[in-house]
Amino acid sequence: MKCLVTGGNVKVLGKAVHSLSRIGDELYLEPLEDGLSLRTVNSSRSAYACFLFAPLFFQQYQAATPGQDPLRCKILMKSFLSVFRSLTMLEKTVEKCCISLNSRSSRLVVQLHCKYDSTVKAMVTEMSIGEEDFQQLQAQEGVAITFCLKEFRGLLSFAEPANLSLSIHFHAPGRPAIFAVEDSLLNGHFVLATLSEPYPHSQDLRSPELCRPAPQLQAHSTPHLDDFANDDIDSYMIAMETTVGNEGSRALPSISLSPGLQPPCSPGPHSEEEDEAEPSTVPGTPPPKKFRSLFFGSILAPAYSPQGPSPVLAEDSEGEG
Amino acid sequence: MKFRSKIVDAACLNHFTRVSNMIAKLAKTCTLRIRPDKLNFILADKVANGGVSMWCELEQENFFSEFQMEGVSAENNEIYLELTSENLSRALKTAQNARALKIKLTNKHFPCLTVSIELLSVSSSSRIVTHDIPVKVIPRKLWKDLQEPAVPDSDVSIYLPVLKTMKSVVEKMRNISNHLIIEANLNGDLNLKIETEIVCVTTHFKDLGNPPLASENASQARNPEQMAEVHVDIRKLLQFLAGQQVNPTKAVCNIVRNKIVHFDLLHEDVSLQYFIPALS
Repeated sequence: MKCLVTGGNVKVLGKAVHSLSRIGDELYLEPLEDGLSLRTVNSSRSAYACFLFAPLFFQQYQAATPGQDPLRCKILMKSFLSVFRSLTMLEKTVEKCCISLNSRSSRLVVQLHCKYDSTVKAMVTEMSIGEEDFQQLQAQEGVAITFCLKEFRGLLSFAEPANLSLSIHFHAPGRPAIFAVEDSLLNGHFVLATLSEPYPHSQDLRSPELCRPAPQLQAHSTPHLDDFANDDIDSYMIAMETTVGNEGSRALPSISLSPGLQPPCSPGPHSEEEDEAEPSTVPGTPPPKKFRSLFFGSILAPAYSPQGPSPVLAEDSEGEG
Repeated sequence: MKFRSKIVDAACLNHFTRVSNMIAKLAKTCTLRIRPDKLNFILADKVANGGVSMWCELEQENFFSEFQMEGVSAENNEIYLELTSENLSRALKTAQNARALKIKLTNKHFPCLTVSIELLSVSSSSRIVTHDIPVKVIPRKLWKDLQEPAVPDSDVSIYLPVLKTMKSVVEKMRNISNHLIIEANLNGDLNLKIETEIVCVTTHFKDLGNPPLASENASQARNPEQMAEVHVDIRKLLQFLAGQQVNPTKAVCNIVRNKIVHFDLLHEDVSLQYFIPALS
């Protein structure tokens, strides 16, 4: 099966997928003679939804390769939806969408072809803040990190009206950056992944290479790298949560690394959806289980299991002394 | 090609910001023409714009304390840059309460208009915010399409009512139909009309006054009560009115019957001309 959607219809397709995603978690995709059908049913079998897109909806529509039986497939709704997640982005930048079903590789391939307009490059803004404007500043000269501004603004919009001081802890590109606010009644922490390369070229922003965030925790005097079977943000979250009730205040894991103990920061594999256009992995390699989304792994590897009662993973950074 | 400029006066800075906000509302992409004595924001009447065109002009010495430019060549001492209007207005947003604003043409991997803003920080030291706005340098062979449009010989010339009132009227009419009739006469009457199968709505503005005519003969030949009308896409008029945040110092509407409507505004010392073609 191969079909091509162009212009405003890309957004229409996206909206249909959004609608279907409200019903079920799995999408049945079936190319028929009278069009492409997308179907879903909910888990309690009390709701069913179907969209049929006639061949005229597409610029090109081929239900099946001549001589072959038409294929059909069932995929995770979440995966398909992620392609059409941002409807405004689809409308603005996507010129055409090509969907094909390959029986040999058992793959559904969705390709988004985006507009490239040389005048519509992004504006670059730079601001420098002098040392005297910080309450405290301790940073290695020349270190640069890149993180998502939208997510950071989430904390800023909370901290600014409350007039709270903001503390930022970061180490190197690829390691997560921690933003914290605190007063006597509450504290808040935002942990954001950073790009492994601090200055991506604007053209490459579509598929940034991300290092899986690997927070380095310091337990007593030696860092225990082996405490984690996988080092993604979930481990960090679990570590933070399991220190509650253990010997005093929950400590913010210190991320200062002793020199010489830099874990290798290899660029993470592309997420599955992004990989379609340029398969860089060896054919036949199962997709990496740890890396499902662009930023954080949300599915732990089955091998991970905490050992016995949770050990203290992070030393109190603010002890009684 | 060189361009360096600086604004230090707060009032000039605010005025320049307002001009930039207006341009951003009128045209998504526009051409900035830089000459030794003036700056122009230009929108040429291409099909992509729906035939609408804009010509905005300001004298640089009314804004800039420093202004140096070197055009493409000595004989053609001009620079034409294409940019996304919103980028400039967004950059200038940070210039509120700035100590100084510098705009210069730079080349950082690609040509940019670099807007450099010096702010006063909490600790009383200066903080610099820099915005690099990507621009496209327009080659000389395309300059002919970007020249000042000739003011048409109009059938009627009339002063506009308060733009805010006009805008709210047009906004309501837009819900009824996209087809708007603008008609006016030399007696100070201006009507905005919507006609559909079900309903007709007309708003009458009276005693608006007409600018003095160019020649005496013309005024005698024309019947002052006779209306000249032009049919336009209401959305284009609405876009024009939406760009006018402040009521202009002077606002004239020139109608060439069934051809074009030309708005000639003066915002303090910045002139804006906006042309909307008639519906075919």
